[in-house]
Amino acid sequence: MKTLHFGRRSALAAGTALALPAVHSASAQAAPIKVGVLHSLTGTMAISETALRDTVLMMVEQQNAAGGILGRRLEAVVVDPASNWPLFAEKARELLAVAKVDVTFGCWTSVSRKSVLPVFEELNGLLFYPVQYEGEEQSRNVFYTGAAPNQQAIPAVEYLMSADGGGARRIALLGTDYVYPRTTNRILRGFLNSKGINDANIMEEYTPFGHSDWQGIVARVKAFAAQGVKTAIVSTINGDANVPFYRELGNQGIKAEDIPSVAFSVGEEELAGIDTRPLVGHLAAWNYFMSVRSPANTQFVSGWHRFIGNTRRVTNDPMEATLVGFKMWAQAVTAARTTAVDPVREAMYGQKVAAPCGYELEMHRNHHLSKPVMIGEVQADGQFNIVWRTQGPIVAENWSPFIPENANRRR
Amino acid sequence: MAQPSFETLLPRLGESFGATAEAAEAMGAMGDPRALPLLRALNDNRLGRTADGRLVIDGRDALTGEAAPSPAELLRINNRVRVALRGAMGRLAIVSPDAAERAAAAEAVFRTRSAENVPLLEAALAREALPDIRARLELALGASRLISNDPAGQRAGVAALAQAGTADARNLLLEVRASRTELAAEIDQAIAAIDGKLAFRRAAETLFQGLSLGSVLLLAALGLAITFGVMGVINMAHGEMVMLGAYTTFVVQEALRSTGMAAWSLPLSVPAAFVVTAAIGVALERGLIRHLYGRPLETLLLTFGIGMMIQQSVRLVFGAQNREVLSPAWMQGSLLLPGGIAVTQNRLWIIFFALAVLVAVMAAIRFTRFGLQMRAVVQNRRIAATMGIRTGRVDAATFAVGSGIAGIAGVALSQIDNVSPNLGTGYIIDSFMVVVFGGVGSLLGTLVGAMTLGLTNKLLEPYAGAVLAKVAVLVGIMIFIQRRPKGLFALKGRAAE
Amino acid sequence: MRRAILLACICTLAALPLLNMLPTDNPLHVSDFIITIVGKWLCYAILALSIDLAWGYAGILSLGHGAFFALGGYAIGMHLMRLIGPRGVYGHPILPDFMVFLGYTELPWFWWGFQSFPFAMAMALAVPGLLAFVVGYLAFRSRITGVYLSILTQALTYALMLAFFRNDMGFGGNNGFTDFKELLGFSLNTSSARMGLFYASLLALVVALALCANIVGSKLGRVLVAVRDGESRARFLGYDTLQHKLFIFVLSAMLAGLAGALYVPQVGIINPGEFSPGNSIEAVVWVAFGGRGTLVGAILGAFSVNALKTWLTSVAPDLWLFVLGAIFVAVTLLLPRGLIGLLEGRRK
Repeated sequence: MKTLHFGRRSALAAGTALALPAVHSASAQAAPIKVGVLHSLTGTMAISETALRDTVLMMVEQQNAAGGILGRRLEAVVVDPASNWPLFAEKARELLAVAKVDVTFGCWTSVSRKSVLPVFEELNGLLFYPVQYEGEEQSRNVFYTGAAPNQQAIPAVEYLMSADGGGARRIALLGTDYVYPRTTNRILRGFLNSKGINDANIMEEYTPFGHSDWQGIVARVKAFAAQGVKTAIVSTINGDANVPFYRELGNQGIKAEDIPSVAFSVGEEELAGIDTRPLVGHLAAWNYFMSVRSPANTQFVSGWHRFIGNTRRVTNDPMEATLVGFKMWAQAVTAARTTAVDPVREAMYGQKVAAPCGYELEMHRNHHLSKPVMIGEVQADGQFNIVWRTQGPIVAENWSPFIPENANRRR
Repeated sequence: MAQPSFETLLPRLGESFGATAEAAEAMGAMGDPRALPLLRALNDNRLGRTADGRLVIDGRDALTGEAAPSPAELLRINNRVRVALRGAMGRLAIVSPDAAERAAAAEAVFRTRSAENVPLLEAALAREALPDIRARLELALGASRLISNDPAGQRAGVAALAQAGTADARNLLLEVRASRTELAAEIDQAIAAIDGKLAFRRAAETLFQGLSLGSVLLLAALGLAITFGVMGVINMAHGEMVMLGAYTTFVVQEALRSTGMAAWSLPLSVPAAFVVTAAIGVALERGLIRHLYGRPLETLLLTFGIGMMIQQSVRLVFGAQNREVLSPAWMQGSLLLPGGIAVTQNRLWIIFFALAVLVAVMAAIRFTRFGLQMRAVVQNRRIAATMGIRTGRVDAATFAVGSGIAGIAGVALSQIDNVSPNLGTGYIIDSFMVVVFGGVGSLLGTLVGAMTLGLTNKLLEPYAGAVLAKVAVLVGIMIFIQRRPKGLFALKGRAAE
Repeated sequence: MRRAILLACICTLAALPLLNMLPTDNPLHVSDFIITIVGKWLCYAILALSIDLAWGYAGILSLGHGAFFALGGYAIGMHLMRLIGPRGVYGHPILPDFMVFLGYTELPWFWWGFQSFPFAMAMALAVPGLLAFVVGYLAFRSRITGVYLSILTQALTYALMLAFFRNDMGFGGNNGFTDFKELLGFSLNTSSARMGLFYASLLALVVALALCANIVGSKLGRVLVAVRDGESRARFLGYDTLQHKLFIFVLSAMLAGLAGALYVPQVGIINPGEFSPGNSIEAVVWVAFGGRGTLVGAILGAFSVNALKTWLTSVAPDLWLFVLGAIFVAVTLLLPRGLIGLLEGRRK
């Protein structure tokens, strides 16, 4: 990261030298600032990503209502990568090379981010990635506004092991078979071992995407829990598979009082598709809940309801992360007095935003935000009751100390 | 420490989670009847506290019942508090005149066992007449005795838990084993006995899981067995029909939400979904598919395009997010069969439902006029036409029935899966495999095929994991089809060509 | 007529990278974006060609050709992963990042040899070919035809997708392979590498087209058409239909594998999503759209559908599925001979 430490003036010079031909100083004053939106609107990921598209559109609208940035209007460029990973790379190139966007907000899955990463690095674009992920990555062209594992998974398991969380000493790790659950569970296993919970007290099971028949696995968890030790479930189950999972949990009578579960991918949006009454007390760990009480959140939620025209729609953590990323970028552009990538990147470091989660979040030089961790219990109305939170924001460890290979990582 | 009084405990409610839990426990131990409504309200998130410290339930003072003048902030609870509340409410409600409440209380006391509960349970047992509740109370008593300091009681506790033979009982015995070395031999014996029962139950439950998966596959495939098996139309939009059925359920539920019919929304969705998807089926068949008879591969492409459009329409109309379809009370939770086998209600209903649909379809084909005509057209279209059967109309009706059944399947799937635009995509390939495996054109084959796949999958799953089990089943079918290209129940004679 | 159009098209395609070298303000300048995207379409065109060869000429509709395409892609992807060497995040000299991460201590046996480009290319052809041979032999021997074969091949690609999604398979699970660095000594993120891959794909397409045209025009091709239109009749006439079908199916699978091998270095990612049954059906739709049973039609279909998709996903991100779906419906109903039928219709 040494190369990033040049001063603002030289960065500006480099920026203008490298800048795309679209940025002519005179005529550009009138030209709008282009904001790329790279979220799947069709296919399997549309279920999660459409709300993020709408969030970016809302932010653009609000920013324009406030007079734009640097006196220029903002214009959103929306494309549909259709939950298809090679298409993500193609659309990223299209946004950067054809539409010549100044910044892009996009991606949900890790594989989509991995797919577009080489394109953003080659064309020196700027991507804001708003979803919690497994870490083990840091690109100078990406700002990660979701949580790294130490900002979500580890505090959640610590809570499960505490007196308030039930004092679990036996953990079932259930996940969808892809890199985020695998990594998170690897980190958690290292963490649990360090806390004296041996491998005999850890169960790990993976299922395919969209898995809908959870009968056998839930029954096995029940058997696993019948060993005389307080047991808890840690779920990294992704997306669509959660509804059938929670239905089975409820119907097989697994109550949060007996076997609590904590999920890292289940938010308000996912709960909107489930009858939550049998699930009261099950947990989720995030950096934001819709039920947070803060002035910024009230503004966010009411703005969202106004924009989407439906007061029953919920907000969730990745939406908040999108909002925080957007605000920081807007501040950085204002500070850098240009939208050119290199100066904006420099200006991003140390940028602070009073976020809806109720804290002031800061962007660090590791391209990750410091974030508070909150644990919420599912309530009958589909919202979360926040039962625990960290004192303040935690700095991201995107390279986890619980993964031994990170010791000989190339820097 | 001085024994706290009911009044001194009140301010502690809502202080911190730990303090609230302790206060609730103490109230339960005290047996003061005033505590029960208070604790219930706390458990249901209805108990609030005003700025001047008064406890309020639904706008009325919790103790005096007067209307509370100032607004109250609801007290928050977490799992720890909920566990304490469950025990306390159980102790307090065990004297309730209501049988269901007593049963729930006995269950709660069992889960939050404590040696102090022994006299309480003994007294309750002496009063209780209903055998079901007596059994629960005895189990709770056994659990509490096991952790008491009375050696005879402990032995009786071990025996009671061994008798119950549940996973919870096993859990408790293991929990106690380490601290009661003198009982180790008896506990081990009890656990061995329980394990025997559990193994039987687990086998029975695996069987049920297999049947359940089989019935889901059967429902999903049944419509296809008609459109593909009987008419030879490869309907790639079949999954979307299933999805439309699930969305119809959602719409019916929303329409009835605030009416007195809300409880009936699921049964009413069945005919509604049938009508909606059958109508769409007729429109598709008459408008598009009939132009392509005899060209199955072209129909495949056509219906693939239609499927894309249906999916995106639903996404635009209802949004890409999951929609919530509620389960009626009779489809929630588990049912305990004799022998302690627990089966989930929703899946049990779906098994019956799938079989009922199958029987209805078979009966319709065998006994009704439409069924007769349909069979005639399948066997020999031209001769059927010469006999005065309007083959076009029969085609439309057949396709309508196939689509309608797909819609009905959607109603059932709304109870176990996501109601999202992607719902159907997950079932289409499995459905085709079931139909081909069972034998195209044979509904009985579809039944046997679906159940075989469901059971094999569930039997393999514990050893191979969910993914490999599915892959193994797919490969198995491919090899099987290679041995018997026409499936399990092949049609014989001319109709097969 | 057809030949003239074809020649013109090939020349235009060959000229694209040259136009890319013009200064950016030249009106004839072709952007990098166009080059990468047309390079991708060239691979799709080879895939479409392979499907058309089996479907259009031998009546074998495989709904699992995406599997052969993906296997070819995985073979070259493994080579590209091996070439990263110690440049990975964890700096392991041999193991790719995902293996280091999942705790592998040594390379699994099926990764051996992939550091060699000729070996990887051979595998990109051999593995799909072998799989097609096994599946084809078993299926054709049991006289599984038509719809049944389609469903069988669909199940094949579905089963492979599920299997490749498993992280324990040793192919990187859902993330597949990404972050490639170089191929044959050229850094993949440069214009020159892209141009090289573009020409390689164009050359492969032309060679494949010539090969297919040769086969189709030969006696073999006429037997295949006979099999397509009346398999029993051809068999009774004494032709070994199993052998003929098997040959064409294996060849078709190898072409698909070649297409996949050229595709992966250009898009920079291969993951199990390529096995998804929807992808295979889409590829069949290209052929149907362009005109089944005409080699040029298949290529035309691949280009036009993908061009449409690229354009629509940008201009109408919410509605493109409608337009594409409607086009599929319209083509199957109104244009049984596809676009090529429409273009040539006037002459008939």
